[in-house]
Amino acid sequence: MKIIVCVKQVPDAKDVRLDPKTNTLAREGVQSIMNPYDRHALEEAVRLKEKHGGTVTVLSMGPPQAEEMLREAVSCGADEAVLVSDRAFAGADTWATTYTLAMAIKKIDDFDLILCGKQAIDGDTAQVGPGLAERLDIPFVAYVRKINDCTANTIRAERLMDDGYDLLEIPLPALFTVVKEINEPRIPSLKGKMKAKKIDITKLTAVDIEADPEQLGLKGSTTQVVKVFSPELKGARAMLGGTATEQVAQLYEKMSPLL
Amino acid sequence: MDYFLSEEQQMIVDVARQITDEMIIPQRSELDETEEYPRDILTSIAKADLYGLYIPEEYGGLGGGCFEMALALEQFARGCTGVATAFAASALGAYPILISGSDELKQKYMPLIASGEKLAAFALTEANAGSDASGIQTTAVLDGDEWVLNGTKQWITNAGEAQIYTVIAITDKSKGPRGATMFVVEDTDPGFTYGVKEKKLGIRCSSTRELIFKDCRIPKDRVIGRVGMGFITVMKTLDQSRPGIAILGVGLGQGALDEAVTYAKQRVQFGKPIISFQAVQHILADMAIQVEAGRALVYSAAKHIDAHKNDMSKASSMCKVFATDMAMKVATDAVQVLAGYGYMRDYPVEKMMRDAKILQIYEGTNQIQRNVIGQELNKEYMRS
Repeated sequence: MKIIVCVKQVPDAKDVRLDPKTNTLAREGVQSIMNPYDRHALEEAVRLKEKHGGTVTVLSMGPPQAEEMLREAVSCGADEAVLVSDRAFAGADTWATTYTLAMAIKKIDDFDLILCGKQAIDGDTAQVGPGLAERLDIPFVAYVRKINDCTANTIRAERLMDDGYDLLEIPLPALFTVVKEINEPRIPSLKGKMKAKKIDITKLTAVDIEADPEQLGLKGSTTQVVKVFSPELKGARAMLGGTATEQVAQLYEKMSPLL
Repeated sequence: MDYFLSEEQQMIVDVARQITDEMIIPQRSELDETEEYPRDILTSIAKADLYGLYIPEEYGGLGGGCFEMALALEQFARGCTGVATAFAASALGAYPILISGSDELKQKYMPLIASGEKLAAFALTEANAGSDASGIQTTAVLDGDEWVLNGTKQWITNAGEAQIYTVIAITDKSKGPRGATMFVVEDTDPGFTYGVKEKKLGIRCSSTRELIFKDCRIPKDRVIGRVGMGFITVMKTLDQSRPGIAILGVGLGQGALDEAVTYAKQRVQFGKPIISFQAVQHILADMAIQVEAGRALVYSAAKHIDAHKNDMSKASSMCKVFATDMAMKVATDAVQVLAGYGYMRDYPVEKMMRDAKILQIYEGTNQIQRNVIGQELNKEYMRS
């Protein structure tokens, strides 16, 4: 089974600050990590490989520094790593990102399954997984909490829902986004780290993936960020006093105009 | 301090640190309470390839030595000496095979131990044979193609959890020290059972039990080395393994220092963090000096042992004594810095103080180590 895992480098959530002047994320001096949900996608891919054989390729669109995260992915069991990196990609929204990733995947060509985290913890859109599946015209399942069994042509998975789960059988190739319940990601192994140090990371530019420049980066993005600001906290606070019965009465009185 | 580790050695530290921070530290308090064997942590250590650190590549290991093993153990002990002991015990059990075993025995057992698929344990101590190893009463008698073992081993780390046991037994009482032989006993061998799990002061998640041999029959080819060379194998094993205990002291000491400094910066008395008081600063400074001195000695001893297989007793004993006495003192001082809070189980330093005590006792008491050092000095100065 040939699996591609899409991974994104994000600022460590423990360390996020806003620049007070520009209201944008202060990236200076903030540690970058692999998006935690992508870590679960990678772990699942490696487990599938260990069970059924095959290869795991990690793919990321990002700046040259993302190479470090890709090496970490190799230390956790990925076989190949591809970094799609070009100044032309800067400022991409999810629309332009899915276009770029789709073009890169068409270049890689051979795959049975694509796994992504359900969303990235910086943008939080959860759009890249489904968008990418649409671009590649393959079946898509979100919120996968378990992969049961697979054959050469189909795969069975459980999709986490609010009130339980759906059991689905999907023809391959397909794209899943996974939730953190799916597994416990492993700690890199020593042999993995040694391999990661040596591995050649495939680097692809806009030209390499034969992308249309009009559809890349800020130019190709349908989302334009006009302003970023922290919402002001409004709303008055009132403390109710008296016995419990009196408090309920007061609460009802305050709320009844709203009902 | 920078010890100029190679890139590969730094990777060992990084992997072990991640396991310690993400798995061992979050679980140590519960493991101490429940006294449960840390199976899932040990599985993660195995998956991270760390069980094979000291084992040659031809037997499935990574080809490192005492020093590489120490780098991993130091991190684990910073988190929990109980977990670190459970991990280290497999190496102690493997060393006799590695040191004296035939190539067949090594081929059979070492790859399983290197991958962590099977755990090993070392069985020397008995009720009447502790510091005086010559008091061993377990016997092995050759009967056709099998050895028949009878007797009871006491306080065996990893007992009941390991699958491969290296056991010393008397094969010819009349020959004195040359009448003992080491064997490999497997957990499935007939006539081999375990005693109850001991209740200990510290390192509670590690398993400590008796091994009971009642007409336990094992194939003839399970002899480690030659018949009669059991004591030599034991002594070489302990020389090789003791820096592993020493480094547990360094890791534990570092963990205690980390807790004490962190607490002293937060705890406010008389309107100031207590780290601003010289009385506290001096305790912390002494702790830091001791930990670093211990680390420097253990690292040097481990490197010496890796390079000089025929001259390791003194270096091995010196680092064990210094680093484990240091750990006891530093852990006690950490409790003093945290004072009332430190005495409570809500903070990890009381556990560190309980755990530290065993380091001065097992794999040869620190008094026995001083005997070894004294005897080595005597020999050295006779030569000159």
